[in-house]
Amino acid sequence: MHEIFTTRNNPNIDPVMAMWGWEIPVYLFLGGMVAGMMIIAGYFLFSGRHKESNCSCYSIPLTSFVLLSLGMFALFLDLAHKPYVWRLYTTFQVTSPMSWGAWILILVYPALIANILIRPPSWITQKFPKLSDIAGKLQAHPFFIKNVGIFNMVLGMMLGAYTGVLLSTMGSRPLWNSSLLWVLFLVSGLSTAAAYVHLIAKNKNESELLAKADNGFLVVELFVIVMLFLGLMSSARPHIEAAQLLLTGTYAPAFWVFVIGLGIIIPLGLQLLAVNHKVKHTPIAPIMVIIGGLILRFIIVSAGQYSHWFNAHFK
Amino acid sequence: MPRYGMVIDTRKCVGCQDCVVACKTENNVPEGHNRDWIVTESFGKFPDINLEIRTERCNHCSETPCVSCCPTGASHIHDVGGVVLVTHEKCIGCKACVEACPYDARFIHPDGYADKCTFCIHRVEKGEKPACVEVCPTYCMHFGDLDDPNSEVSKLLNSRKYHALMTDAGTKPNIFYLV
Repeated sequence: MHEIFTTRNNPNIDPVMAMWGWEIPVYLFLGGMVAGMMIIAGYFLFSGRHKESNCSCYSIPLTSFVLLSLGMFALFLDLAHKPYVWRLYTTFQVTSPMSWGAWILILVYPALIANILIRPPSWITQKFPKLSDIAGKLQAHPFFIKNVGIFNMVLGMMLGAYTGVLLSTMGSRPLWNSSLLWVLFLVSGLSTAAAYVHLIAKNKNESELLAKADNGFLVVELFVIVMLFLGLMSSARPHIEAAQLLLTGTYAPAFWVFVIGLGIIIPLGLQLLAVNHKVKHTPIAPIMVIIGGLILRFIIVSAGQYSHWFNAHFK
Repeated sequence: MPRYGMVIDTRKCVGCQDCVVACKTENNVPEGHNRDWIVTESFGKFPDINLEIRTERCNHCSETPCVSCCPTGASHIHDVGGVVLVTHEKCIGCKACVEACPYDARFIHPDGYADKCTFCIHRVEKGEKPACVEVCPTYCMHFGDLDDPNSEVSKLLNSRKYHALMTDAGTKPNIFYLV
C-alpha cells in the first residue's frame, strides 16, 4: 500500500494543478496561428507572389494583428496582478521564456505593421490617405518588400517556437518537459495558418498551394506527435505516466477523437482527395484543422498541469 | 554566505498543525490558503507498514525553476541564506512559478501575487527562528545553516538517515526529513 493524505488545499492547486485556465491555451493557439500566418505571408512577400493583386498576403497581416491582439488580451485576463503588467518591460530575464516572449511580441507588432503598410486595406486608406503614399513608396522598393518578408518569417518562427518553449522549460510538468513541444506547436501553428489561408484565399492557385502545404504540415505534425510520445514513453516513469494520460488515460478520448481523428487524419484525407481533384475543395477540412489545433492546446495545457513527478495523482 | 535549510525529525512530528497555525498567524496567510501543511504517508505491506508524518513547505531549493521562469524578476534568491522570495510589487501574477514548482508549494494570493513560505526571513534576520520552528511542541523542526558543519542542522544530518522530497525533479531541496 501507499497512501498519502495532505492538509493542503490551496485554490487551483489541490487536488490537481489547474492554475492556467482557458486563457493560456487560447493565447497559445492564436499566437501559434499568427506565427504560421506571418511565415506564410512573409514567404509570399519574399517569393514575389505579392505581385498578384488578389494575393492573400495583403489580408493576412491585418487578421494576424487582430488575432494576436485578442490572444494578448486573453493573456492579460489571465494575469492575477494586472496593474503590474508593465513590469514585463522594465527587465529582461534571460532564463525566462515568458520574458523572451514579451520582448518577441514587441518586435512582432512592427513586423505586422510593416507588412500591412505595403498595401493597407482600402477602408483604412480612405480614413488615412497618407498611408496610400507610404504604400506607394514602399512598393517602389522590391528590396524592402523582400526584407519585410524575411522579417516576418523570422519573427513568425520565433513566436511559434516560443509558445512551445514556454511550456517545455517547466521541468515540474513531465508532459511538457520535452524538447519536441516547440516543434509540435510551430508545425501545428503553420498547419492552422495554412488552413486559414486556404479558407480565405481568393486566388485558386493559392488555395491549391495552401491545401498542399497544409497536407505536408499535417503529416509532419503527426510524425512529431509520434516522436513526442516515443520520447516520453522511453523516459522516466513520470514521463511515461504523463504520456499515458493522453494515450490511454483521462485525456485519451478527447486527444484521439478531436486532435488526431477530426483534427488531422480526416481533414488530411479530405484535402488529399481535393488536391488530387477527386473532390471539390471544401471549407470543412480547414475548419476541422483549425478547431483541432485549438483543442490540441487545451489538452496539452490541461494534461500538462495534471502530470506530476509525484505519481499519486495517477492511482 | 549561509545556506538556510530545515531538518525535520519525522519520528517526533505528530502532525498537530501548530506549525501551520503559527505560519498563518505570523504571516497573515489568507483564509483557505497554506504556506505550510501536514502530509501523512503510509507505505509498505501488512504487517510491515510504515507511517511518516511530515510538515511540508517551499523547499527553498538550490536549483530554482520558479526563479528562472519568472519574467519580471519578482521571484528571486535572497542575499541572506539563499532563501527564495517573491517581491509582491514586481509580480504580475502570471502563475509560471506556480506551474514550475514540482512541490506545488506556491499559490496565488487573493491580492494577485505569487506567495509561499519565506522561512520567516523577517524573523531570521532579527536572530529569531521561523515561526513554525519556534512553536513546534515536539521540537521536531530545526532551522539553520546547512553549509556550517557546526550548525545544529548539519550535525543532525550527520547523525541520522534522512531524505528530501522528489529529488528526481533536480531542484536540490534544502529541507531534509530525518527517518
